[in-house]
Amino acid sequence: MKTWKTALGVVLVGLMLFPVYWMFNVSLTKTSDMRADPPHWFPWNPTFEGYTAALGQQLPALATSLFIGLGTVALTLVVALPAGYSLAKLRPRGARGIDFVLLVAQMIPAVVMAMGFYTIYIKLGMLNTVAGLIVADSTLAVPFAVLLFRAFMASIPRELMAAAQIDGASTWRTFRSIILPLSRNSVITVSLFAFLWAWSDFIFASTLNRNSDTIPITLGIYRYIGNNTTQWNSIMATAVIASIPAAFLLVLAQRYIAAGVTAGAVKD
Amino acid sequence: MLTRTRTQAVAAFDDSAVSRAAGSTVRRRSRQWTAFAFLAPLVVYLAVFYAYPLYRNIDLSVHDYTPRAFVQGNPEFTGLDNYLDVVSDDTFLAALRNTALFTLGSIAVQYALGLVLAVFFHRNFRLSVVLRAMFLVPWLLPLIVSASTWSWMLNSDNGIVNTVLQAFGIGQINWLTSPDTSLLSVTVANIWLGIPFNLVILYAGLQNIPADLYEAAGLDGANSWQRFWRITFPLLRPVSAITLLLGLIYTLKVVDIIWIMTKGGPADASTTLATWSYREAFGTGQPDFSPAAAVGNLLILIAFTAGLAYVRLQRREET
Repeated sequence: MKTWKTALGVVLVGLMLFPVYWMFNVSLTKTSDMRADPPHWFPWNPTFEGYTAALGQQLPALATSLFIGLGTVALTLVVALPAGYSLAKLRPRGARGIDFVLLVAQMIPAVVMAMGFYTIYIKLGMLNTVAGLIVADSTLAVPFAVLLFRAFMASIPRELMAAAQIDGASTWRTFRSIILPLSRNSVITVSLFAFLWAWSDFIFASTLNRNSDTIPITLGIYRYIGNNTTQWNSIMATAVIASIPAAFLLVLAQRYIAAGVTAGAVKD
Repeated sequence: MLTRTRTQAVAAFDDSAVSRAAGSTVRRRSRQWTAFAFLAPLVVYLAVFYAYPLYRNIDLSVHDYTPRAFVQGNPEFTGLDNYLDVVSDDTFLAALRNTALFTLGSIAVQYALGLVLAVFFHRNFRLSVVLRAMFLVPWLLPLIVSASTWSWMLNSDNGIVNTVLQAFGIGQINWLTSPDTSLLSVTVANIWLGIPFNLVILYAGLQNIPADLYEAAGLDGANSWQRFWRITFPLLRPVSAITLLLGLIYTLKVVDIIWIMTKGGPADASTTLATWSYREAFGTGQPDFSPAAAVGNLLILIAFTAGLAYVRLQRREET
């Protein structure tokens, strides 16, 4: 057995994840020990004051983020699923143009999008609204989602669709009853990523939503950092809580993640 | 994006057979309408939420949008003045230099470390799947979480990094507050964030290299060093190219990690084009959208040029 490889692997993971460990450690450290020299390497004497503070103050922000994440997923799927189907199976004219636009869309910096949305929202009165943030966050996921669905749906055998059509199913019916059920895995992958990106978004939140009372958790942490720099245990406790979706994905949905990262980047 | 040419060729063949069987242009035209109906939400979406903001951005950059003009809606048209102002600004050269250092430094190191790790994990060993999954963590965490954790770790007085360095007799380094180290600090944090992405893509690329090539090389007596440089690295080139290109495009856009850790400071020492644009528009009490939009558009131009260069390069290799 290559035990040395496992041992080396564990050491490498330890180094890589040290910042994550440190976040945990600090989140459990007493405020009075925060500036101890040398710092406490292990929370021997853990305190939950950070978590109490975090939950007391950030619960609404967590709920807002959850809502924004789910809204973003819904919007992304509604736009991207039919488009992926059309591009993969119905061969519309101008598909190449769409490809090009999707590619370019991914190159646009979020800060540029933020300015564009800002000027539009200020006119429509959509600044500092959750709906506005959902729309903006969905732009992070839609190009990726369309490309992923297109690639996946192209691999669905044509015979399945042909069989349905012979049975008299309309294109819509074929889409709903054949394509969608078969695309379950790619729908999960896209939903996970769309949720995670919306949940993690900082730029849109800090520009389009910065004067709002209903702020997402990323902005909650950011304001925390700005306000009380001594309360690092509370900040890190909030950070730990904000990382829960990521941990959840890693444990329960790891294969979908790998599928998402490699999609479109590696030819098969 | 990489098109699946084979599938398309099959599809095209299929299409002609079907339409010959159908034998009517009416049917084909109605199919086009159906295809377009399914595509319509995306087209509307792209027009309203991509093209229009982008248009607004260009509009901002060729007018003088003061906060007052914003409200009244009568900004003065200034042509390319904003671009000229931006390029001749003192910050521009610094930001350009920082962008180059930050981007190239990040993607080079991320790629190198990602490749080393991908090769390391290539052959399965005990726990390799679990350990590889753990490497994804930095990439999945919200950026604000990683950025604030790094900020605290690099804190001058109480940071764990300085504590460790002091044990080796190295005096206090003001990682985030000294102009000499702030760009390095944000680059290191960004490299940490980017390793998982590189690892996953390069690992998938490795899986596609036929195992018998390695066996043949092994029979010919090639050692692992030769196997890497003669087989792995050359065959991984297309995957490497797309990894580096995506890395470049992502890294050029980075604002959050830098903004949260240093706000581009001190004194522009870690200001990149993207953070500069963010600061002008949203970072101060006085929003200054016009120059910010100009900087943003320059950034798109750079990313676009890189993308085009990649496509040309790829085409030349294929012929």
